[in-house]
Amino acid sequence: MNSLFSLNTLVLFAAVIIAVPSCVVFGAWLWPDWGLWSHLSETVLGDYIVNSLVLAFGVGITCGFLGTWCAWCVSQYQFAFSRYFKWLLFLPLAFPPYIMGYTYTGLLDFSGPFQELLREATGWGYGDYWFPDIQSMSGAIFTISVVLFPYVYGLAYVAFSSQSQSLFDVSRSQGLNERQYFYKVALPLALPAISAGMLLAMMEAFADFGTVEYLGVSTLATGIFRTWFGMNEPLVAAQLSSGLVCFVLFLLWGEKWVRRKQRFYHTRNTTPNQPRRISWQRQSIVLASLLSIFLLAFVIPVIRLVSWSVLVVQTSPDFAALFTLLKNSFLVAAIAAIVVMTIALLFGYAQRAAPPKVIKNAIGLATMGYAFPGAVIAVGAVIALGNTDQWLNKLTLQLFDFQPGLVLSGTLFALIFAYVIRYLTVGYQHVLSGLARVSPSLDEAGKTLAESGWGILRRIHAPILKPTLLVGILMVFVDVLKELPATLILRPFNFDTLAVKTYELASDERLTDASLPALFIVLAGLLPVWFIQKNINTN
Amino acid sequence: MKKLLLATSLLISSFTPLSNAQEVNVYSARKEELIKPLLEEFETAQKVKVNLITGKADALISRIASEGQFSPADLILTTDVGRLQRAKEMNLLSAVDSELLQSKIAANLRDEDGYWFALTMRARPVMYHPDRVKTGELGSILELADAKWKGRICIRSSNNIYNQSMVAAMITKFGEEKVQNWANGFVKNFARTPKGGDRDQIKAVVAGQCDIAIANTYYLAGMLADTDTENQKIASQLKVHWPDQQGTGTHVNISGAALLKHAPNSAAALRLMEFLASDSSQQWYAENNHEYPVVAGVETSALLKTFGDFKAEDVPLQQVGELNASAIKIMDKAGWK
Repeated sequence: MNSLFSLNTLVLFAAVIIAVPSCVVFGAWLWPDWGLWSHLSETVLGDYIVNSLVLAFGVGITCGFLGTWCAWCVSQYQFAFSRYFKWLLFLPLAFPPYIMGYTYTGLLDFSGPFQELLREATGWGYGDYWFPDIQSMSGAIFTISVVLFPYVYGLAYVAFSSQSQSLFDVSRSQGLNERQYFYKVALPLALPAISAGMLLAMMEAFADFGTVEYLGVSTLATGIFRTWFGMNEPLVAAQLSSGLVCFVLFLLWGEKWVRRKQRFYHTRNTTPNQPRRISWQRQSIVLASLLSIFLLAFVIPVIRLVSWSVLVVQTSPDFAALFTLLKNSFLVAAIAAIVVMTIALLFGYAQRAAPPKVIKNAIGLATMGYAFPGAVIAVGAVIALGNTDQWLNKLTLQLFDFQPGLVLSGTLFALIFAYVIRYLTVGYQHVLSGLARVSPSLDEAGKTLAESGWGILRRIHAPILKPTLLVGILMVFVDVLKELPATLILRPFNFDTLAVKTYELASDERLTDASLPALFIVLAGLLPVWFIQKNINTN
Repeated sequence: MKKLLLATSLLISSFTPLSNAQEVNVYSARKEELIKPLLEEFETAQKVKVNLITGKADALISRIASEGQFSPADLILTTDVGRLQRAKEMNLLSAVDSELLQSKIAANLRDEDGYWFALTMRARPVMYHPDRVKTGELGSILELADAKWKGRICIRSSNNIYNQSMVAAMITKFGEEKVQNWANGFVKNFARTPKGGDRDQIKAVVAGQCDIAIANTYYLAGMLADTDTENQKIASQLKVHWPDQQGTGTHVNISGAALLKHAPNSAAALRLMEFLASDSSQQWYAENNHEYPVVAGVETSALLKTFGDFKAEDVPLQQVGELNASAIKIMDKAGWK
């Protein structure tokens, strides 16, 4: 009981610090500006809200379908190259979504090579034919979904492949065909994992700025920046951000509702699910579908980047500088991933022990950061850390007649702090999804075997949690690798990352030059993917 | 105890940017690629280390404000006048009294009290496809609201600062009501919902989606000098029209620099500002990013010269910064996405 109490105290303390930005946006309502609000509601607000909702649900549903389908195929069937697809399907995650947007626009828009070819082949001119417009809402949903579906895929894969063989055997002996087994047994069991992945994708879609801005879709996120920077109205911008918080609260509530209806534990004392042989017709359908997803989400954009990079390499760029960027990116991503997962585990266990309401709410608030545009969090962190520094200096001046200057602002600490606020959600969802597979009866069993609390964690929980935790670390690592707005605002002097470099060139519309650092981000993302997949496979 | 605390603080602060006399700390909204070579030249010439953070101007301003009196920032560089004006209004800047800067940079390109100075100019003319637009068809920017341009205009989103500044400058010239009427008609003439950057508008004209685009000249010049020959081919098909040559002149914005109030190295920072206004630095900007120099006598790049000479608008830049929010409201009402 004592240890539980101290865990709760620790969690409450961490959660309060991390929840500051979410709370600040509600505080902004103390100073409403109804004049500007009436202007917004007469002109653009409706668009912002509708577009944000359509985008988030579009992305959530698309990712849900793609991720579940991929995870199901890879975990259930034997087909050619299936052991490669297992990890290939993680790769799209290494793309920053806005780079995906730039790349696909370059390929598919009117002046791009595809349409150029089409016109040359047919002699058509502009307006003579229909072609999907990538710079549109559906284009934005496509672009963001192909980057984010691995969230669902990763969680669903672990869920499906850990379902025991006996479940399948019993279902078949009860006369369920495979389709019925999927809908009645496998899917409901995997639903907590799938919905956690969809939730993450939807939150990221709410927060996305770079992609929608480029593709010409006005959402709440673009509206926040327009109001804040363009109109110089930070308070109204914060009030708009509270709209995002409301959406996310709604989502979280919905997700909890799904989980409440579907809480199953199942033990792993039987053989885990073995992939089944299928007919060659079904093999080719599975293979074709996975291959097209992989081509669209990874190979085609990579080819585009590589073909640009080749042009850049001929101009002999500064490779030493690129490796410094790579080193910096790896450093912050690794630190952030470890810190995030540690805190996420604390939160997960606190949540599992059915804590008092105040802890639950604190955790809820602290794990909403993913839905905020990174820049909102970063500026929140700038202000919070700046004030703490001022206050510290006042204190040391009073006590010791000495001022250390800025202790927190402009340091790596500031950067990691912002990453934790933003990506804790990702780590936490993975921990929750892992813990959902640890039945409380296992703890009881451990206790009867006279295991200590630590022994239960190490010998029983750790093996079950390991795959999801590894996937979680990978997700956070890659997310930080791609992270831009917070890195831009908070980094120390002379400290650049690959994402910063890519963005600087891309935002200056020098896509060709941006391709090389962008390619490095993707390559850097491959290494942990490879590492993690090895670990998942051996499990 | 006191010693221990002192030691710990020293240890901690050794991880933080400390300043000494041989440094200048620059917060730059100008991209690293477009400033670093000049800073390196300054480093070797003056034996001063330059530390750099790049980012969006508003974020940098927030950071400076939060760092308060302990801010290590000496100099802020921005790519539009509105942000410099905002920093001035937030009382973050320090007035500079430099005879050199005053003599080199024309009075309309610097703050009247010396709080900020322009370093380059960027022009935003009309670009058109000569096959589809007849000479003489184009005149003032105001005429682009006429019905004859229906479905023929491409321009990027009103989220973009270049469009915000352009409309704000129009307000100073023509008044709010006239600009609102103009915007209503102008937006109706768009060939498509605004999307992409300036280069995308140029491409759309060549692709035939529209006949004219409004974009900054350095994007067109950048495409003409691009490593990707496809971009060169596209850009070479367009011609530049300088609007309002009979009237108020074509819209220009500036990039500029300002000294910060709590700058720990103000003397060195001032030297850097003067260096950036030197003929050789101005020449570098002109050659490498195809911007217009602010110092008289410095040549523009050969590519820019092919676009022709023009009369730039002469509006109080300070006001352009102040009118940014009004410009956005006008664009909101006109339905300019």
